[in-house]
Amino acid sequence: MTTHASEKFTASATVGESAAGGVPGSGGVPGSGDDAPGNGGVPEYGDAYDAYEAGFTESASGRVYTVTGGDWEQVLGGGEDYNERLTVNMGPQHPSTHGVLRLVLEIEGETVIQTRVVIGYLHTGIEKSCEFRTWTQAVTFLTRADYLSPLFNETAYCLAVEKLLGVTEEIPERATVIRVLVMELQRIASHLVWLATGAMEIGATTGMIFGFREREKILDLLETITGLRMNHAYVRPGGLAQDLPDGIVRDIQDFLADMPKRIKEYHALLSGQPIWKGRMVDVNYIDAASCIALGVTGPVLRAAGLAWDLRKTMPYCGYETYEFDVPTSLDADSYARYLVRLDEMGESLKIVEQCLDRLKPGPVMIADKKIAWPAQLSIGTDGMGNSLDHIRKIMGTSMEALIHHFKLVTEGFRVPPGQVYTSVESPRGELSYHVVSDGGTRPYRVHVREPSFVNLQAAPAMTEGGQVADVIVGVASIDPVLGGVDR
Amino acid sequence: MSGIVAAPGTGEPRRHDAFGASGSGDTSGFGGLAEHPPVLHSTPRPFGDTNADTVYDTLERSFPQLADALERVVVDRGELTLHVRRDYLLAVAQSLRDDPGLRFELLSGVSGVDYPDDPTGRRLHAVYHLLSMTWRRRIRVEVAVADADPVVPSVMGVWPTADWHERETFDFFGIVFSGRDGLTRIMMPDDWVGHPQRKDYPLGGVPVDYKGAQVPAPDARRSYS
Repeated sequence: MTTHASEKFTASATVGESAAGGVPGSGGVPGSGDDAPGNGGVPEYGDAYDAYEAGFTESASGRVYTVTGGDWEQVLGGGEDYNERLTVNMGPQHPSTHGVLRLVLEIEGETVIQTRVVIGYLHTGIEKSCEFRTWTQAVTFLTRADYLSPLFNETAYCLAVEKLLGVTEEIPERATVIRVLVMELQRIASHLVWLATGAMEIGATTGMIFGFREREKILDLLETITGLRMNHAYVRPGGLAQDLPDGIVRDIQDFLADMPKRIKEYHALLSGQPIWKGRMVDVNYIDAASCIALGVTGPVLRAAGLAWDLRKTMPYCGYETYEFDVPTSLDADSYARYLVRLDEMGESLKIVEQCLDRLKPGPVMIADKKIAWPAQLSIGTDGMGNSLDHIRKIMGTSMEALIHHFKLVTEGFRVPPGQVYTSVESPRGELSYHVVSDGGTRPYRVHVREPSFVNLQAAPAMTEGGQVADVIVGVASIDPVLGGVDR
Repeated sequence: MSGIVAAPGTGEPRRHDAFGASGSGDTSGFGGLAEHPPVLHSTPRPFGDTNADTVYDTLERSFPQLADALERVVVDRGELTLHVRRDYLLAVAQSLRDDPGLRFELLSGVSGVDYPDDPTGRRLHAVYHLLSMTWRRRIRVEVAVADADPVVPSVMGVWPTADWHERETFDFFGIVFSGRDGLTRIMMPDDWVGHPQRKDYPLGGVPVDYKGAQVPAPDARRSYS
């Protein structure tokens, strides 16, 4: 039925475009002969419409057809099944779909009847590729899955490998604190990208500038720490690739002093703004029960009233020892999700501050030389690489160190057979890794439970029955990252 | 343990390395390689893990035919895995979700794993990761099917979120989830042939020329596992 209707529309639209007279549906007399040559090919008023019965005249250069407009009701049949249901394709290359997401919308006027989400345009086979690299190299793939929260991917995967190895308790305290520190910085950065792109998609370009401005500061911090703005490969099984550089604590403190003022600016710019509220309040409602049925976690679930945050409910990385709150709302609409995310930025700042207080000197890699990635990385003029001091040491003074370096880098370490499932609270919800080992030096299977992938399933429930413009707000309020969705 | 790969010390090793090297100082390139034939084992009860024991006892009360439904139960690294027979999957899933003492209301995810050497001949495993928000517990339910009959009943009726997870598992492993609509490919193009994450499906499969040398395809490179 639906397909049929849209087919009819397509046919009639082709005719309507070249219509000589009148706006379709304007009630004018179709094919009445005002502008038609009056040949036998012109359909009489009231006849069943047929696009192929166009009038024509013979001219010196051949037959010339004159296609005239028809009455819209006549075109569509005008009966009980008269409707204007259109199937509109949005994406996969569309600036407001957050990446290569394709939405197939069935609309009647401005109302969305059905939303279909089509994904897979960014599938790069990350899970499969991991099976052909060592346990440590897999980090370099997985960091590229959700490109706005790479450190969460790395940490969740490394927690899984460490659990398989049975060394969870042996990870140095400093490494865990730095993991929490960089994850919380990145949570703020990720929420800022959400704020920036979400604001831009509904036309608030100042919000976009604000969001990317502060995000750049965080990326500068992360670049100083890890050597890269994104796709850091900084968290490794057993600890971290390298320790914090000198002077970074002061840079982070400067950022902590500045950021609360910026969050106030976002509130001042957007929170009370009538257009912003008009676009978001009571739009894209989804309640907590529906969220759980659809597997939705993260800010969307918390904005629906359930204070489910894995950092509190099933802690990892020592989150149970940090003081912070879980922002929630009962409104379950896009505006509630916006407020929850803004509040979460403030809570993350609290955690970062506590991390700085806990930074005690110590190793950042596990002591076990059979696991610890032997490289001592440093940042040089040409990017991050092995520190020359370390090379000098292993080449000149310690044969054992050289052998270990060679074995660990080429072959890697073995992981006892078994399977584990570890979860962290990423900016988008529950990010989990199902990792299987067969006892070898490469993962047997790595499966990512990506919150973007799961949460995107809620898009039809949020948007159907609403307006077309609200689809953009709804998808933005889920905050899907297509690199994570498609992997 | 996943159960398919043998625990060290169980069963006769199938193959030793060339030099009989053992211990940790080995630099021969074989690393004390010894393959063990796959052994399926079950963790004896009680498991010695409070959460796992509680879940098992509660499930046994709420689902009396549990002994028939389960092939094996494995508790490893504090995680409980119920290996459920295909025919009982839906009934067990319903009990796991609805029993007040279990309340696994969130299906965190479904993932496939391919074990071509599975001694039962059922190489394709559908793995369900369940989360109880009420009790703050996680368990895993695993169903194994053969390549010749890769059908598993869909749990979409119990957890609607299974929709995309099952489509992904179908796409990558060829496990067919029955009793649901719209089981189509989700990541790969619709006309793709094969299921890419099976172990016998190559990665790339094409050698690459790089700076005058030929780099073998990833699946043809030297493997230490």
